[in-house]
Amino acid sequence: MREITRHALFWPVVALVALLAANTIYRPDFLGVTILNGHLFGAPVDILRNAAPLMLVALGMTLVIATRGIDLSVGAVVAIAGALSLSFIATSPNPGSVSTVLLAIAIALGVSLVLGVWNGFLVSVVGIQPIIATLILMTAGRGIAMLITEGQITTVTSPAFKTLGSGFWLGVPVATLVAGSVFVLVALLVRRTALGMLVESVGINPAASRLAGVKARTIVWTVFALSGLFSGLAGLILASNVMAADANNAGLFIELDAILAVVIGGTSLQGGKFSLSGTFVGVLIITTLTLTVTIVGISPLVTPLFKALVVIAVTLLQSPRIRESFAARARRRAARPEEVSV
Amino acid sequence: MAAVAPEKRGTEAPPVAGPQRGRRMSTIARRLRIDRRYMPVVGTFVVLALILSVGGVRYDNFLSTNVLANLFINNSFLIVLAVGMTFVILTGGIDLSVGAVLALSAVSAAYLLDAGVPAAMVMPAVVLIGSIIGFLIGVMVHVFDVQPFIATLAGMFFARGLCFVIAPVAIPITDETFVAISAWDTWVGGQWRVTTSVMIALAVVALAFYLLHYTQFGRTVYAIGGGEQSAQLMGLPVARTKVLVYVVSGTCAGLGGLLFAMYSRSGYSLTGVAMELDAIAAVVIGGTLLTGGTGFVLGSVLGVLVLGLIQTIITFEGTLSSWWTKIVIGVLLLIFVVLQRVLTLRRT
Repeated sequence: MREITRHALFWPVVALVALLAANTIYRPDFLGVTILNGHLFGAPVDILRNAAPLMLVALGMTLVIATRGIDLSVGAVVAIAGALSLSFIATSPNPGSVSTVLLAIAIALGVSLVLGVWNGFLVSVVGIQPIIATLILMTAGRGIAMLITEGQITTVTSPAFKTLGSGFWLGVPVATLVAGSVFVLVALLVRRTALGMLVESVGINPAASRLAGVKARTIVWTVFALSGLFSGLAGLILASNVMAADANNAGLFIELDAILAVVIGGTSLQGGKFSLSGTFVGVLIITTLTLTVTIVGISPLVTPLFKALVVIAVTLLQSPRIRESFAARARRRAARPEEVSV
Repeated sequence: MAAVAPEKRGTEAPPVAGPQRGRRMSTIARRLRIDRRYMPVVGTFVVLALILSVGGVRYDNFLSTNVLANLFINNSFLIVLAVGMTFVILTGGIDLSVGAVLALSAVSAAYLLDAGVPAAMVMPAVVLIGSIIGFLIGVMVHVFDVQPFIATLAGMFFARGLCFVIAPVAIPITDETFVAISAWDTWVGGQWRVTTSVMIALAVVALAFYLLHYTQFGRTVYAIGGGEQSAQLMGLPVARTKVLVYVVSGTCAGLGGLLFAMYSRSGYSLTGVAMELDAIAAVVIGGTLLTGGTGFVLGSVLGVLVLGLIQTIITFEGTLSSWWTKIVIGVLLLIFVVLQRVLTLRRT
């Protein structure tokens, strides 16, 4: 029992289960999944599908945070990727064709990768603090996205592109499949090779790991590039969801949600040890919370308030001081019988 | 009380081989007898002068007192936010909550005035809201050791959510006293229009300047930014000061909300979205290092003026779309950050 409550993921999972339970009480069929028109259908499927973009962004964010960095520009990259792909499809002679869509996706992902590389360059080569280096792109990025869409909200009709965000494959949402496979790929890459350990070592002590022969600069550069790439993919999914490139609102505050998800999942902003499964739980908590607020019928605009409460609760429970006082109480309780016997 | 800004480490460091550019710059500084500490602020000042002269050459009436006076009037709330942010950043922290707290304070002002509460009570009350949120954030940061980024992020979500609970739709402000106060203005020197907001903002700047440079609190702020552990070992009140800077920032955000309510004469939940970024950008452009310990509150004011002037230029240009503002601010941020990096490389 002690082992379970001590586990880093104990409180986040408790929070998620509590949220799901509250929903089930409110709507008994909440956890039910049915098959409708050959697709899986139900609230859990919605959660998994809505979680896909945030999952991708949070995945990159976890790696960045593990190297003691932070990436504030992901929202801007989301907007740029969406704007680029939809503008390209809108101006192409044949918006519906698969080749156009694939080209649009390739362009958007390529540019996102370049933006990530740019962030990585500022942080690892120029040596600017991550928070300010990515703040530059966060500020300028939305401007660039608006430059691409010329301030308009570009809408397109392209069934092939729509599949990415709202299509199904074998009954499962395509977005979920994309995010899921990227997640598994990254998990294998960092946990089955030494990469994860190198990332952690850079986060724990950049100077020491450099002296130990770890190419700290390359690692930091790589994680920022990956964060850009994943954000671009998230931007494509979001754009394909609404089929409109809104440079102002696409991916607004997604950087904050992603950072929250990472922190709720138990990865410290101080870098070092990271937990991909923690991030996964964190993303599910945030997505479920958003869905819950909608289901219960509270204005979605109030959602931030509930997010604040979750963050405060989880960070306080993870805070060393509270843990210590818990531990001290447990020790006292354990010590009491002895005192009686003596 | 000694009237000196806190000593910066390594001012007399031997000239180790640094980047060429940094060396040249410090040579210039030495020749002009400018303390290296003031270099970033001098840089901001040069940029400000540059923008002013470019604007003056390109457009008629750009260098009129009217335009410059409006610069202060339109940015009074941002000046107050940037001043509060300077305190936090000087200690090496960051405050993401200011935009949302500003909105909360403005919305509360509108709500309370709408409910018939006299303006004399509303105005201190909404500033106090900011102080309380700042205090709670400070407690989270210091007592529970939550990272400033996360603690203020929670504060931001909390305040923004509360805004929508209080006022789902915009509330106009019609209270006579409040409108009279916000509409009051005077013409300094016959041409320079000064409103209540500008007076308040300038008073805040003066107070912050006094606090930072002439009190023990101010020196402790610089000391924490220079090295928290050293400050602790020197017996400075680190705990109290770390909580207090968030109270200062929260109070400034509350006051900023009041000024914004005066400026827009309404309370709307979506005001000040991403305004914390403007405040941070102004502080950084104003020469304050995000690592803490170096910077001046007057620099932050210059930073706000630079941001405001960019906006003014783009308005004057007419054909340029508003999104260029963001791109230009991003580019300026980049230039300043790289410049600071060069200067700090030189120092260490």
